[in-house]
Amino acid sequence: MTEELRIGVFICHCGINIGGVVDVPAVVEYASTLENVVHAERNLYTCSSDGLESIKSAINEYELNRVVVASCTPRTHEPLFRATCEEAGLNRYLFEFVNIRDQCSWVHMHELEKATEKAKDLVRMGVAKAALLEPLEELTSEVTPSAVVIGAGISGMTAALSIAKNGFHVHLIEKKREMGGMLRRLYKLYPTEELAAEFLEQRIKAVEEHERVELHLSASIKAVEGYVGKFKVILDENGAEKSIDTGVIIVATGAKEFEPEGLYEYDGEKVITQLQLEEKLKRGDSKLDGIENVVMIQCAGARGEVVGYCSKICCMNAIKNAKLIKEANPDINVFIAHNELQAYGEEYELYYRDAKKAGVRFLRFPLERRPKVIKSEGKLVVDVFHERLQMNIPLEADLVVLSVPLVQNPDAEKLSKMLKVPLGQDKFFFEAHVKLRPVDFATDGIFLCGTAQGPKDIEESISQGYAAASRATIPLAKGYVSSEAIISSVDEAICVGCGICESVCPYGAVEVVETEEGRRAKVTGVKCKGCGTCGSSCIKRAIKMHHFTDEQLIAQERTALVTEEVVS
Amino acid sequence: MKEGEVKIIGFLCNWCCYAGADLAGVSRFQYPPNIRIIRVMCSGRVDPVIILDTFLWGADGVFIGGCHPGDCHYMQGNYYAEKKIEMAKRLLKEAGVEPERLRLEWVSASEGERFAGVMREFTEEIKELGKIKFEKDEMEAACIAAADYRLRILATKEKELLEEGNKYGEVFTRHEMNRLLDDMVREEYEAKKILLKLKKPKSVKEIAAELNLKPNVVFRHIMDLRRYELIEVHEIRDNTPTYVAKVEEGGE
Ligand SMILES: Cc1cc2nc3c(=O)[nH]c(=O)nc-3n(C[C@H](O)[C@H](O)[C@H](O)COP(=O)(O)OP(=O)(O)OC[C@H]3O[C@@H](n4cnc5c(N)ncnc54)[C@H](O)[C@@H]3O)c2cc1C
Ligand code: SF4
Ligand code: SF4
Repeated sequence: MTEELRIGVFICHCGINIGGVVDVPAVVEYASTLENVVHAERNLYTCSSDGLESIKSAINEYELNRVVVASCTPRTHEPLFRATCEEAGLNRYLFEFVNIRDQCSWVHMHELEKATEKAKDLVRMGVAKAALLEPLEELTSEVTPSAVVIGAGISGMTAALSIAKNGFHVHLIEKKREMGGMLRRLYKLYPTEELAAEFLEQRIKAVEEHERVELHLSASIKAVEGYVGKFKVILDENGAEKSIDTGVIIVATGAKEFEPEGLYEYDGEKVITQLQLEEKLKRGDSKLDGIENVVMIQCAGARGEVVGYCSKICCMNAIKNAKLIKEANPDINVFIAHNELQAYGEEYELYYRDAKKAGVRFLRFPLERRPKVIKSEGKLVVDVFHERLQMNIPLEADLVVLSVPLVQNPDAEKLSKMLKVPLGQDKFFFEAHVKLRPVDFATDGIFLCGTAQGPKDIEESISQGYAAASRATIPLAKGYVSSEAIISSVDEAICVGCGICESVCPYGAVEVVETEEGRRAKVTGVKCKGCGTCGSSCIKRAIKMHHFTDEQLIAQERTALVTEEVVS
Repeated sequence: MKEGEVKIIGFLCNWCCYAGADLAGVSRFQYPPNIRIIRVMCSGRVDPVIILDTFLWGADGVFIGGCHPGDCHYMQGNYYAEKKIEMAKRLLKEAGVEPERLRLEWVSASEGERFAGVMREFTEEIKELGKIKFEKDEMEAACIAAADYRLRILATKEKELLEEGNKYGEVFTRHEMNRLLDDMVREEYEAKKILLKLKKPKSVKEIAAELNLKPNVVFRHIMDLRRYELIEVHEIRDNTPTYVAKVEEGGE
C-alpha cells in the first residue's frame, strides 16, 4: 500500500503556556516545510471545540491521512485527539502526539530561543513517526458466561455464592472431600466466639442449595488454557478428567499453618501449635483437665525467625484461645509471651481488654531475645526475657502453644505456573497492585481472595471474596472483552521458535506453538498489553511492536539528530 | 539542535518516567533543553540495537527512564531493560565510547523534581565528556553485534543463569557471569568488525594489522565467519587466501 502521505500538523499555543515561551508561528512555518506535510496551522487551544473542529475540517479539506498535534501531553489528551480523528473518518492510530508544553515550554521558560529550537525538533520527530504509522484495530472477543472458583474455604464459598446470585453459573473446585477449608478445624471464632462448625454449616448449606453453583469435590486442576473470556480448565475429579469452559477464574486456595519442626521443643503433644490447640478444644477438652499452666509464644517462626512477615491473625487468635481457656477453667494460669501485640480496631481492642480482665497474663519480650523452651525430666519451662523488667522470667508450663504463621500451600507453585500468575516474595499469590488492584492479578480475568494472598482473618477473607466476585462479574456481565490495539506480532518467516519471547512476557501472551513450518512464536492479541519487551528480547528481531516499531523509534531518533536538511 | 551543543536522546516509559517528566513541567522545574524525548510504553521495549543506532547517528548521550524496581506497569519490563542496557554499555566500551554516555534511571510518576535534577546532572556530565567521538566502523560493528542472537540470549537469560544455572545445573556467580559477558561481547564485537573490514577482500595478516589484533585471533574469527557462511574466499594470492564478506540481499 503506497498511498501518498498527507500529514497535517496542529500546533497549540495553550494560551500563553506554550505561546509565551515557544515562537509558535515560527514552528508552524517550519512544520509546513517538512516532507509529507500538506497542512500546518496553529490554534489558541487545540483541545477546545474550535480547535477540534479545525482538525476535522482540515482532515476533509486537505485529505489528511496522518495528524500530528503538538501541545500538552498524550497522557491526558491523546484519547481526545484520537477520537476527533476517528470522527473525521481517520483511523485513531494514525495520530501522533508531540509534547511541547510539559516537556518543553514549561521546563525551558527562560530559554526562549532554545525552547523554540527544541519544539521544531520535536515536531520534526513527530512528523517522521507519523509517516510510518499504520492503522490499528482493537480486538473484541466474547466471554463464556461462567466462573471457576478454586478452593472452597470461606473466601471461595463467599465468592462463588456472590457470582451465582448475580446470575452466572459457577464451578467451585475443592481438592478435599468437603468444603470449609481451615474453618473445619477451628473451635470458636474471634471476636464473636461462635462455634466455627455452626458458622460453617449455614454457609455450606447456602452454597450446596444454590442452583447455579456446581460443586467439584476431590478435584484437582491439571491444566489451564486460554485467556480472559475463554479459559479452559482441565480437572481431575475423583479420577475422571473433566474440561470446563469459563470466562473468569478466582484463586481462593487459602494457606496452611507453618510446621515448627525443630523449634521451641515442638513435639505435637506438650508443645503444640494454635491449630492443634483448637482441635483439642473442639474435641471437648475445653477445660484442659490436669493442666495448670499454659504458655503461648507469639511470632514463633515468624517475623525473621523462619519467615519474614507478620502473620496478622495470631495475636487475636492467641488472645481468643487464652480467654476461652481462662473462662472455662479460671484455675489455669495462661500466659502470652509476645513482642508486638496486634489488636487493631475498637472491637479487637475491647476483646483484648476482656482477656486481660479474665486473667490472661501478658509478657513482652524483645524480638532479638525470643523465649526459650527448656524440657527436662518431663517438665517444661519457658524462659522469657521480660523487656520492661530487663530480666529472665522462667515460666513453668504443662502446655506450650506456639503461634505460628500461615504459610503458602506447597502445591500453590504448580497452580501459579499453570495460571501464569505470580507468587510474591513470601510465596503468597501476588496481586496486581497492593492498593489500586488488591484482588486482581495482572493477567486479565484472574482474581484472588482470602489467605491465598496472605494471612488474614475471616472478616477480611469474606470481604475479599465479595470483592473478587464483583471484579470477576464485570467481564461476565459485559459479555465481551476488548483488548489493546497496540500489541506485538511475530514474523513467522524470521522466528526460529527459541522461546525467549515467551520467557519474558509477563502475561503469557506470546507462546511457541507447533506450526506447519515448525515451532514458531504466536501472540494472542487479547492477552498482550503492548509492553514490547518480547520485541527487544527476540534473538532474531522477528517481533514487531505495533505503534512503537523499530522503524518508528529509529526514525524519531535519527530525525532528532540529523539537522542538515532543515536549515530554516 | 545547534552545532556545538551536546545532543541527548531520551527513551522514557509511559507510566513512570514520562509521567515524571510531565510532572517536572507541571511544577515548572527547569532543566537544560538538550534532551529530545521519545515515548515508549515500557523501558523493556528499548532494544540495544536502537540505543547503539542512536549513538551511531551522533547522540552525545542517551537516557533511558523506567519505573522503579517493583513498580513496572508490566511487572518485570524494567528488569529486562537493565540487562539490555548493561549489554549496550559493554558494546559501547568495545567501540571506544565512554559507557557513561548511556544512562538508565528509575524515575516514578511523582518524582518531577528528581527528573529535572537528573536531567541537569546528566546534561552536565555529557557536556564535560564533550561531543562524542568514535570510528564509524567501530560503532557499526557494535550495532551489528547488538543484533547478534548469542548476545541477545545472554542479555535476557542472565537472571536464570545466575539463579537456576544452565542446563547442566551449574549456577554462575556474578563474577563468572561478568567475565562470560565481557568475553562474549568482545568476541562478537571483534567478529563484526572483521566482517565490516571484509567489505573489501583482505588476508588474515592485513586484517590483523588494521585492527591491531593477533593473527591467530583473526584466524579463529575467520573460520567462524566462514562456518556461518558470512564470508568466502576471494582469491589465493602468493599462497595466502584473501576473504571477502558475502553480499547479503537487502543488507545495509
Ligand atoms: C489456628 C487458626 C485460628 C484461626 N482463628 C480465627 C478466628 O478465630 N477468627 C477469624 O476471623 N479467623 C481465624 N483464622 C483465620 C481463618 O482461618 C482464615 O481467615 C480463613 O480460613 C481463610 O479462608 P480461605 O477461604 O481464604 O482459606 P482456607 O480456609 O484455607 O480454604 C482454602 C480451600 O482451598 C482448598 N484448596 C487449596 N489448594 C487447592 C487447589 N490447588 N485446588 C483446589 N482446592 C484447593 C483447600 O483445601 C481449602 O478448602 C484462624 C486461622 C488459624 C490458622
Ligand atoms: S508486547 Fe509485552 S505483553 Fe505483548 S506479547 Fe510482548 S512481552 Fe507479552
Ligand atoms: S524470541 Fe523471536 S525467534 Fe525466539 S521464539 Fe520468540 S519470536 Fe521466535
